[in-house]
Amino acid sequence: MAGGRIRSKLKLSLLYTFGCLRPTTVEGQEPQPIQGPGFSRTVFCNQPHMHKKKPLRYRSNYVSTTRYNLITFFPKSLYEQFHRAANLYFLVAAILSVFPLSPFNKWSMIAPLVFVVGLSMMKEALEDWRRFMQDVKINARKTCVHKSGGVFRQRKWKKISVGDIVKVEKDEFFPADLLLLSSSYEDGICYVETMNLDGETNLKVKRSLEVSLPLDEDESFKNFMATIKCEDPNPNLYTFVGNLEYERQTFPLDPSQILLRDSKLRNTTYVYGVVVFTGHDTKVMQNSTKSPSKRSRIERTMDYIIYTLLVLLILISCISSSGFAWETEFHMPKMWYLRPDAPENLTNPPSPIYAGVVHLITALLLYGYLIPISLYVSIEVVKVWQASFINQDLHMYDDESGVPAQARTSNLNEELGQVHTILSDKTGTLTCNQMDFLKCSIAGTSYGVRSSEVELAAAKQIAVDLEEHGEISSTPQSQTKVFGTWDSSRTQEIEVEGGDNNYHTPRAPIKGFGFEDIRLMNGNWLRESQPNDILQFFRILAICHTAIPELNEETGKYTYEAESPDEASFLAAAREFGFEFFKRTQSSVFIRERFSGSGQIIEREYKVLNLLEFTSKRKRMTVIVRDEEGQILLLCKGADSIIFDRLAKNGKTYLGPTTKHLTEYGEAGLRTLALAYRKLDEDEYTAWNSEFSKAKTSIGSDRDELLETGADMIEKELILIGATAVEDKLQKGVPQCIDKLAQAGLKLWVLTGDKMETAINIGFACSLLRQGMRQICITSINPDGVSQDSKRVVKENILNQLTKAVQMVKLEKDPHAAFALIIDGKTLTYALEDDMKYQFLALAVDCASVICCRVSPKQKALVTRLVKEGTGKTTLAIGDGANDVGMIQEADIGVGISGVEGMQAVMASDFSIAQFRFLERLLVVHGHWCYKRIAQMICYFFYKNIAFGLTLFYFEAFTGFSGQSVYNDYYLLLFNVFLTSLPVIALGVFEQDVSSEICLQFPALYQQGTKNLFFDWSRILGWMCNGVYASLVIFFLNIGIIYSQAFRKGGQTADMDAVGTTMYTCIIWAVNVQIALTMSHFTWIQHVLIWGSIGLWYLFLALYGMMPPSLSGNIYRIFDEILAPAPIYWMATLLVTVAAVLPYVAHISFQRFLNPLDHHIIQEIKYYKRDVEDARLWTRERTKAREKTKIGFTARVDAKIRHLRSKLNKKQSNLSHFSAQDAMSPRSL
Amino acid sequence: MASNTASSSAAAAGSADSSRRNSKRPKYSKFTQQELPACKPILTPGWVILTFLIVSVIFIPLGVVSLFASQDVVEIVDRYDNECIPLSARANKVAYIQGAGDKSCIRTLNITKRMKQPIYVYYQLENFYQNHRRYVKSRSDSQLRSVNNENQIGACKPEDDVGGQPIVPCGLIAWSLFNDTYTLSRNSQHLAVNKKGIAWDSDKDHKFGKNVFPKNFQKGNLTGGARLNPNISLSEQEDLIVWMRTAALPTFRKLYGKIESDLEVGETIQVTLQNNYNTYSFSGKKKLVLSTTSWLGGKNDFLGIAYLTVGGICFFLALAFTVMYLVKPRRLGDPTYLSWNRIPGGR
Repeated sequence: MAGGRIRSKLKLSLLYTFGCLRPTTVEGQEPQPIQGPGFSRTVFCNQPHMHKKKPLRYRSNYVSTTRYNLITFFPKSLYEQFHRAANLYFLVAAILSVFPLSPFNKWSMIAPLVFVVGLSMMKEALEDWRRFMQDVKINARKTCVHKSGGVFRQRKWKKISVGDIVKVEKDEFFPADLLLLSSSYEDGICYVETMNLDGETNLKVKRSLEVSLPLDEDESFKNFMATIKCEDPNPNLYTFVGNLEYERQTFPLDPSQILLRDSKLRNTTYVYGVVVFTGHDTKVMQNSTKSPSKRSRIERTMDYIIYTLLVLLILISCISSSGFAWETEFHMPKMWYLRPDAPENLTNPPSPIYAGVVHLITALLLYGYLIPISLYVSIEVVKVWQASFINQDLHMYDDESGVPAQARTSNLNEELGQVHTILSDKTGTLTCNQMDFLKCSIAGTSYGVRSSEVELAAAKQIAVDLEEHGEISSTPQSQTKVFGTWDSSRTQEIEVEGGDNNYHTPRAPIKGFGFEDIRLMNGNWLRESQPNDILQFFRILAICHTAIPELNEETGKYTYEAESPDEASFLAAAREFGFEFFKRTQSSVFIRERFSGSGQIIEREYKVLNLLEFTSKRKRMTVIVRDEEGQILLLCKGADSIIFDRLAKNGKTYLGPTTKHLTEYGEAGLRTLALAYRKLDEDEYTAWNSEFSKAKTSIGSDRDELLETGADMIEKELILIGATAVEDKLQKGVPQCIDKLAQAGLKLWVLTGDKMETAINIGFACSLLRQGMRQICITSINPDGVSQDSKRVVKENILNQLTKAVQMVKLEKDPHAAFALIIDGKTLTYALEDDMKYQFLALAVDCASVICCRVSPKQKALVTRLVKEGTGKTTLAIGDGANDVGMIQEADIGVGISGVEGMQAVMASDFSIAQFRFLERLLVVHGHWCYKRIAQMICYFFYKNIAFGLTLFYFEAFTGFSGQSVYNDYYLLLFNVFLTSLPVIALGVFEQDVSSEICLQFPALYQQGTKNLFFDWSRILGWMCNGVYASLVIFFLNIGIIYSQAFRKGGQTADMDAVGTTMYTCIIWAVNVQIALTMSHFTWIQHVLIWGSIGLWYLFLALYGMMPPSLSGNIYRIFDEILAPAPIYWMATLLVTVAAVLPYVAHISFQRFLNPLDHHIIQEIKYYKRDVEDARLWTRERTKAREKTKIGFTARVDAKIRHLRSKLNKKQSNLSHFSAQDAMSPRSL
Repeated sequence: MASNTASSSAAAAGSADSSRRNSKRPKYSKFTQQELPACKPILTPGWVILTFLIVSVIFIPLGVVSLFASQDVVEIVDRYDNECIPLSARANKVAYIQGAGDKSCIRTLNITKRMKQPIYVYYQLENFYQNHRRYVKSRSDSQLRSVNNENQIGACKPEDDVGGQPIVPCGLIAWSLFNDTYTLSRNSQHLAVNKKGIAWDSDKDHKFGKNVFPKNFQKGNLTGGARLNPNISLSEQEDLIVWMRTAALPTFRKLYGKIESDLEVGETIQVTLQNNYNTYSFSGKKKLVLSTTSWLGGKNDFLGIAYLTVGGICFFLALAFTVMYLVKPRRLGDPTYLSWNRIPGGR
């Protein structure tokens, strides 16, 4: 602890000229009146025992995110289960089957229901158990709590209660919502990372009250007593109202003293705080929403199929029962052999109406095969398998973090194949939140040979595309030639670059520093033409910042705690260049300058006179320092546009080349800042400083403005020295993945909490934006007041902008023109209001890419909902932080990045992957497969049950609608459980229309899912008709074949069981042959299951027939004695099977021949190995197999090539020279 | 892509320090990576035409053979329910059949085609719902099987007991046993009808007990069909056994017996029948059938016609497909059919 205090002697508040130098006391402020409802909470600090009994007994800090507990599990989960209409239907059926009305054995209804419900409940229980374990882990985290007498002891989080004094150390999470009392810094500030709350990566400053500052040691809490009166628990993260009563005085509290649970202490050795809200009372828990249960589109469609079938079921049941009523009325009395004079209670009721009504129940049960419970069992089983394939996919396993992909819920697998829009978080999802210093431009020379990932990706794409374009553009001879030369030079360049990269990799990577250029390293810059400017440049890097150095004991190198990662990368760069920033005091910055490789080290001190900090409005940061020679220097870094406006006349020497370099860097997806400096006269400075100091100490609403004008006055007449280019490191493979996803026809929206510039930069880096794309920025004008009127003005203004933009997009004639919509959070609040959101959406849908910046977690969810509901298409939200939870839960599919940060996003997600790039495989391969599998499986399932169930109905017509089934009870039971279930599961688990490589090579195939080609109503109805046809064929052909005549040479006639068994054999054959025809991918498993199912039927028949007649009843020896020796049995099977599948075969043959789908053609190409023989064709189709897209680097390359070609056409004369030169450098892309 | 798997898994295995971290690494197997070798048959025009042709080539001969088999069968059907009621009683057939008195009736059958033995004698009932659920359920298999189970009559209502004594065999099926009898003569000579061997052996041996004898049968206040000789065990009562195998359709034939001598063309068969069974209540028809069998069983052209039809359709499809293939051929794997090549104005 002591060390911490020493280091924190440095009073950081001095650095924060704007932020922290507020008037020290709160004189002007009266304590807030705390009373009335909503403000009832009273916390006795350091007296947790006061909170042991009511009414001050608040909730404990135990956090539970589980849905059930041991007692509530059964009632609650049973309720959940039978909440689903289908399960309720099966429950009713099972209850009815207990009565003697039922045509079947009651267990044949109950057992599957118990199985299905049990399985789902087990799944629920397992998921809840996981949540519980997660809770246990969090609840068992430990933190230091004041026991008594100034002694702090570790205690588990769940044991912490309101009023406890806790001490939280660096990089620890806050266990509850705390009131900050003091910190290791003298002025009671601390840094908090709120990544888990709002996704922002920059640190936030929290300040304790002046009055509690002395409480900075363990001992000082011995006798500490205070009372907090504050608001009741609420979900509002950014407000807090309360008073602290301490030493008979009352002090008002505001949000800056509140440390929220789930945020992290950073850069501060320790803090003391008093627990105000615990457990579920904390703001973050109040913010959490119950995860909604999601259902896939297919499942929802399936509901409609089930309703359709239910209608059919009721219809045929009604026909049956009215038929039965008719029979009972008019025929029964004459059928003496049924003893109508002695009617049975239920089966033969005396009155026809009663008979009909009672029979309705029997019929509903009998025809229940139309809606089989096994469908749910099978789908459930299949989805679990599919999920396990996702979990086990090695291509989605991240070797670095050791995290495999995980399907956390299995009921959305097929939805992965239908995604239309992806809504992505930025930080942690697209980027790693790490900045690497990559290039710089000093004194008009660009340094840094390494290419950014974007450049590399684009270069690779060009290499692939080159042949293509070279070949295609073979119209005029001259052009081909030109392109030929252009190509070869380009390819060479790429090779050189690639080789370069590999050659240099042995150097251990330095965090934040990816720079590579021999001209600047090891003091070589001294030999450059402008060494003085370079020196100045490095000094700006080393001095102009707000970071704190920290010595890494192991390596002896300094690392830097900076507000933003790009600042840290500057310092790392400065250190590598030989300007090591190693010490900061209240007033000075110390730099070790090592000018050459000789190791001659000079320590220099720069007195920091003023620090004008970075704000998003100012977009620049300035320090004014006095160097050892007494020279006053103003060092400034900032956005190029801002800096360029403030240049002195003589400071524009390098403006031209620097601007060019900045454009190049921007195109390469790098984040750029311009650096400039200015030498100040002593007098000028003093004059300005006195003015500025006045502004600093002023109190009032215009203080900020005064400070800003003050800063403006000095930040001018700058001399431009150069620019930096920092790569916001994208996660591995992100540009490629985005490119592929775009080619698969997916739209990508980026929703980020970052500021607009960063977001745009990343947009470039991900190729979501490119040069030549029209950016539509929708911003809100600053309202003058907060009145209703000004709000209306703002809204009108935004609406105006939207309408204009829509018009512009509409009027655009160029088919290649691309638009990008960029909107910030504040504008979004208006744009998301009901009266405007559809205009906004209409515009956004027309734009190739959409970037929303500065959005809050809530807005992320709202945007997601807007897209989901407004377009009616499937949305996928992907993110990694707690701030993404809202959108993850809101989207049709939520994907969590299981990276380093907290687990909230993953916990809320439906799928979790370790890296964004795995999304491609998850969607394009697994999604595509799962979609097709489930779609085909469901279609087939309905087919088979219609084919089977309707034969029962037809037979009814021949039995006087009495409810007799032609099949043995066991046949009925086995049909769905054994004899047809395994092949359909195989279809659902193993089917592959094309292999995974082809899925990836032909992203356009993905559109089959998005367009829902395999589960639209025409297809569903087609399958149903096929089922009806099959049932008709099976029943009537069998009846025709085995009519009343002898069916064997021995003269015997067939009884009901012989007919039933023959018919059933035909069904088993027909449905299994049908599924074999449906499949296109046979491994040994499919063969075993399909032919095994047929074999199993015969085996069952034979074995069951062998059982003593007391068990087998009428089936006794039916196969070996009665049916097998009868040729008619086998001939009927052959005929009926062929006849039942004939229309399907004809249909698919003709369809495939006349109107083949994409996967058919690809299958054929593969089948004939044409991809091997004609590699060119294969590559060509691969490059063409994309959806028309305007984003992704492929589109960028295309745009560039189009651009070049149009130039070529214009300047036919001297084009060879131009294009060669322009094309030489990939950076120009 | 595929080759990556092997190399990456090998690389991971190589690094020892990452073994702990890699504990979550999925194990590589062809199964989990969905890379099992598979055959991926596709429907090429050749296959389609060939398949249709093969089917038609198999089905058409089969249909012809089946038709011939059916044509070979000689079948004589004689409906007698109406004729066997004296003209005077036809106004109220039910009263006649329920009344007492001699109900014998003589029918003459002319043999128009030579019938080789064995010739099967059937009775055919129509509009008789042996498949009615109430009827089907009304039996007790265990009682039929063993004398010990004679009290298991739960399903047999209302023909379950008489005055507390169980009926053996109980239930509606047995109770309504067909009781018309046929006595055949050829040229005034008795023509033996063998009533043995008409039931399935398994039924006789295992389902109907050798020591189970009819008891209290047809003793109730209503008499249904035939009476059984209480001294012959159920396993010997083949009429009953045949009857107890309920038919699937309301029109059905059941074996009555076998004639084990050939019948020549021009012979006349005189059938003296006892018209006892009441089908008149429910307007059911009764027919006497004499039929030979082929290897396919009795006379029914349906199978042959169906085979010919399906075979014909397949032939037609093969033809249609061939024509289509010749008129508008599509090269397999022709990329111009890919959707991205078909979109007008596309890339």
